[in-house]
Amino acid sequence: MKVTLQNLTKVFPGRNKQVSEDVIAVNDFNFEIPDGKLIGLLGPSGCGKSTTLNMISGLEKPTSGKIFFGEEDVTDLSPELRGVGLVFQNYALYPHLTVKGNILFPLQNLKKDKKLTKEQMNEKVEYVSKLVQIDELLERKPSELSGGQQQRVAIARALVKMPKILLLDEPLSNLDARLRLQTREELRRIQKETGITTVFVTHDQEEAMSISDMIVVMNKGVMNQYGAPQEVYEDPKNLFVAKFLGTPPINIFYGSVRSGALYIGKTEVMKAPGLDDREVYVGVRPEGFIINENGPLSCDLERVEVMGRDTSIVARHNYFTGAFIRAIISSEDAPRSDLKTVSFSLKKNKTYIFDKITEERLYLEN
Amino acid sequence: MNDRNYKGFLYLLPALLFLGIFMVYPLIDVVIYSLEEGYNFASGNFNGYGLYNFKYVLHDPFFIQALKNTSIIVIITVPLSTLIALLISLGLNSIKPFREFLQTLYFLPYVTNTLAVGLVFMILFKKTPYSDGLVNLLINSLGYSSVDFIEGPYAAKMFVMCFYTIWIVMPFKILILTSALSSVNKDYYNAARVDGTSRFRIFYKITLPMISPMIFYLIITGFIGAFKAYSDEVAIFGTNLNEAGMNTIVGYVYDMLYGDSGGYPSFAGAASIILFVIVFTITVINLLISKNKVNV
Amino acid sequence: MENLNQENKKRKIYNNIKTGLTYFFLAFWGIIVLFPFYWMLLTSVKSYGSYNSEYIPAFFTLHPTLQNYKEAFTAVPLFGYFINTLIFTLVTTGLMLIITLLSAFAFARLNFPGKNVIFLLFLSLMMIPNELVVITNYVTITNLNMRNSYPGLILPSVASVFFIYLLKENFEQVPEEIYKAAKVDGTSDLKYLFKVLVPISRPTVITIIILKVIECWNSYVWPRLVTDNPRYFLVSNGIQEIRENGFGRENVPAMMASVVAVSIPLIILFLIFHKRIMEGVSRGGTKG
Repeated sequence: MKVTLQNLTKVFPGRNKQVSEDVIAVNDFNFEIPDGKLIGLLGPSGCGKSTTLNMISGLEKPTSGKIFFGEEDVTDLSPELRGVGLVFQNYALYPHLTVKGNILFPLQNLKKDKKLTKEQMNEKVEYVSKLVQIDELLERKPSELSGGQQQRVAIARALVKMPKILLLDEPLSNLDARLRLQTREELRRIQKETGITTVFVTHDQEEAMSISDMIVVMNKGVMNQYGAPQEVYEDPKNLFVAKFLGTPPINIFYGSVRSGALYIGKTEVMKAPGLDDREVYVGVRPEGFIINENGPLSCDLERVEVMGRDTSIVARHNYFTGAFIRAIISSEDAPRSDLKTVSFSLKKNKTYIFDKITEERLYLEN
Repeated sequence: MNDRNYKGFLYLLPALLFLGIFMVYPLIDVVIYSLEEGYNFASGNFNGYGLYNFKYVLHDPFFIQALKNTSIIVIITVPLSTLIALLISLGLNSIKPFREFLQTLYFLPYVTNTLAVGLVFMILFKKTPYSDGLVNLLINSLGYSSVDFIEGPYAAKMFVMCFYTIWIVMPFKILILTSALSSVNKDYYNAARVDGTSRFRIFYKITLPMISPMIFYLIITGFIGAFKAYSDEVAIFGTNLNEAGMNTIVGYVYDMLYGDSGGYPSFAGAASIILFVIVFTITVINLLISKNKVNV
Repeated sequence: MENLNQENKKRKIYNNIKTGLTYFFLAFWGIIVLFPFYWMLLTSVKSYGSYNSEYIPAFFTLHPTLQNYKEAFTAVPLFGYFINTLIFTLVTTGLMLIITLLSAFAFARLNFPGKNVIFLLFLSLMMIPNELVVITNYVTITNLNMRNSYPGLILPSVASVFFIYLLKENFEQVPEEIYKAAKVDGTSDLKYLFKVLVPISRPTVITIIILKVIECWNSYVWPRLVTDNPRYFLVSNGIQEIRENGFGRENVPAMMASVVAVSIPLIILFLIFHKRIMEGVSRGGTKG
C-alpha cells in the first residue's frame, strides 16, 4: 500500500508558562512512500519522526495536512480502522499474556464478517511465529524472553493481522549492539518476505542506511531530504544531511569562493565554476582525500591508525571546524607516521560546498 | 564495635519502650483477659481461666446485632465502594481538562473530621419537627413519602450508614486506583487501539489484569477497615449505638470496656479477639484467592 | 471506503457521547463530595430563627450572620477543645517524630545484633489492629491514674511502626558513602542525622508530619475512652458532646458553625499540602 503525506503539520500548543510557545513537531511534510518498500525515518531525537509515525498510525491527529493510504484519505480515520501494525520501542507486550496470547490478541478483536475461527487464528499465529522464528516460545510469558525475542514477538503481533502498513518505532534501540546488527537483517528479510510497506523510525543513521529502500532525513520537524540511502549519502542537499549521514562523519572546513575558485584558508583547493564569491563550508567525506605530496590541502599530521585494508589519518588544519580531520585511505597509500605534515588533494565527487548562511548545498557547473 | 552495638539500641530505646508498653504487652494481656472468667474490674479478682467469656459474647444479643450490622456494612460497602471508585478512576483517567482538579477535590473527605461531617450527614437525612430534611425533600419531589433515616426503619438507617461509609472511604480508593491506572504504560493502550480492540475488551483484557494487584489490595484493606467500623456510626447515630440498633463489633468492644454498660474488659477482650480472628481469616482467604487470580 | 467513513463517524459520535457522560458522572460525584461542605457552611451562616422556619431548606441565604460562630465559641467550650487538640496534636506529632527519626536512623545506618529480627518484629506489629490493644491500654492508663490528662491522651500513640518503616526506606536511599564521609570527618551520629539525613529526606519527613497531624486532629476513639471531663475533650469529642448535649434546644446552625470551625484547619492544611498528602497516602497510607 502506497502512503502519501500531504502538507502534514503537527503543532503542540505551549503547555505551561515556562513553555508558552507552540512547538511545531512536524512542519509541512510532503512525500510518498512507494508500495512494498522499507522506509527509514531518520533524525536526531526530538526531530518529529515519532510524531510523524504516530500520525500515520492515527494515534495522533495532524494539525493540518492529509494522509492517504493508496487513494484513500485516512486523515480523520481512527487508528483501529486504518489497518496498520505498530511495533513500539519498548515492545508493549502484555505481560500477563503468553507469547501466543499476545499474538492472538489482535485477531480476537475482529468482529462480524471478519471474525476468524479458532483454526484460522492458530494457522495465522503459526505462520507469523515461523516467519519471525519464535515458534518454540509460544507458551512463554514475555518476562521469560530475551530482548531480541520480545522484539520478534512484538513484530509478530503487528504482522499477524496482515496490516496494510507496518510501523516500527525505534525497533532496535533497546537491543545490544551485536543483536541489533542481527535483528536488522532479520527485519529486512521479514519485510522482503511479506512485502508489506514498512516505515521505521530511528536515530541511528547506519541502521537506516543499511536496510532501508528509502530514507527520510528529518531535522527540527522539517523534512531535509528523501531518497535512496546511497543517493542521499552521495548527494546531500544541505549541511545537516551531510553531517548526519556517514561514519566517520564528514569533515567540514571553513572556506570561501573567490573568482571561481574554492579556497580553504588562503589555499585554492579546487575550481568552483559558476559560484559567486561568498563564505562557505566545505565538506569532505573521509574517503574524499587523496594523499598527494603536491596537494593543495596541507595538514599537521596527528597520527596514523591502521585498520587493516584501510588506514585512517588523523590530522589538524587551522580552518577545520572541529578538532581533528579524519581521512580514510587505502593502506597502500598510507604515509609514514613520523611525518610532521601531510598533503591532500580532494576528490571532486566527495567534496560538497554549502552556503555559510543558509547551509544549503551549492552545486558546481560542469 | 561494642560501642556501636550499644548505640543502636539506644536509638531504638524510645520506640521499643512505647511499642512494648502499648502494643506488645497489651497483645499478650488481652488474651489473658479474654480467658479470665468473672473478672472484676474494681477488685481485679477473677474465678479462673476458661472460655466462658467467648461463650457469653457469642450469645449476647447485642453482640449478635453488632456482628450482623458490621457484616452488612462490610458486604455492601466494600464491593460497592471499590466498584464506584473504579468507575470514577476510569473516568478520571480518560479525561484531560479538570483531571487534576477533580482528583484533588475527590480526596477532600480524607482529611476531614469524620465526626464533624457525620453530623452534617445526619442533618441532611434527619427528620425533625421543623423539617423533613433535605434528602426527604428530594424523595418527596420524586413522589414518595418521607422516611426517618436516623431513627426510623432498620433498612433506612443502614442505607445512611453505608452511604456515609462509602463517602468516607472513597478518597483513598480513588487515589490508589487512579495512580494504579496512570502507571499502566500508555503504549499498551496504543497497541490495543491500533489493533482495533473494543473498549470493553481493553478494560477486561488489559487494564483489569494490570491493576488487579491494587484492586485486591483495596479489597483486603477495605475488608479490614469496614470490619473495624465504629466512629462513622457514632458520627451518624450518636454514642448510644445499641439503642439505635446500629452498633458494630468495635462499638461493642468499647461499650464493654467503658460507659454505662462498661467495666468488663474480659468480655471486651473476647469480642476483640473474635473480631481479629474474623478479619484475619478473611484476609487470608483474600490473599489465597488473589494469589490464584492476580497476574503480575 | 464509504463504509469505513461511516464507521468512523459513528465512532466519533460515540466518543463524544462517552466523554460527555464521563464528565457528567464525574461532576455528579464532585457534587456529592462537596455538598456536605457547602451545606455546613451555608447552615452555619443562617440565623437560628430563619433555619427553623424553613420547612423547605433554602439553598442559599441572603442574610448571612456570624452569630452562630459567636454562639459556638461562647455557649460551649469549643475554644478549649481547640486548645486541647492543638496541644495534643503538637506534642504527639513532636514525640512521634523524635522516636521515628531515631529508630529509622538506627535501622537504616547502625549495626547491632538482632537488627533484622527486630525490624521484622516491628513490621509484624503493623498488622496488629488497634482494637486488640486498646483494652489493656485503657486499663493501663486508668491504673496509672492518667485518665483526663494529656499524658494519658498522648503516650499510647507516639510510636508508629508504619512511619518508622517509611522513613527507614527513605534514609536507606541516601548513599551510605555520605555517612562514611561524615564519620571520617568526625561528625557525630546525631549531627549526621539532623544535618544530613533529615534535610535530604525532607519531603518524607514533612509527609509523615502532615499525616500524623491529620490523624491527631481527627482522633476520636481513644480520647473518648480516656476522657470524660470536658476540660480534656478534643474537637471530635467536643463535636459529639455538642451534638448530644450542646446548645440547649437543637440549635443546628450553631452546631454547623462549630463543625465548620473544626473542619477549617485541616481543609487549609489540605489546600496547601494536597500534593504531599496525596503522595504520602498513595505511597502506602492506611485507611480504608
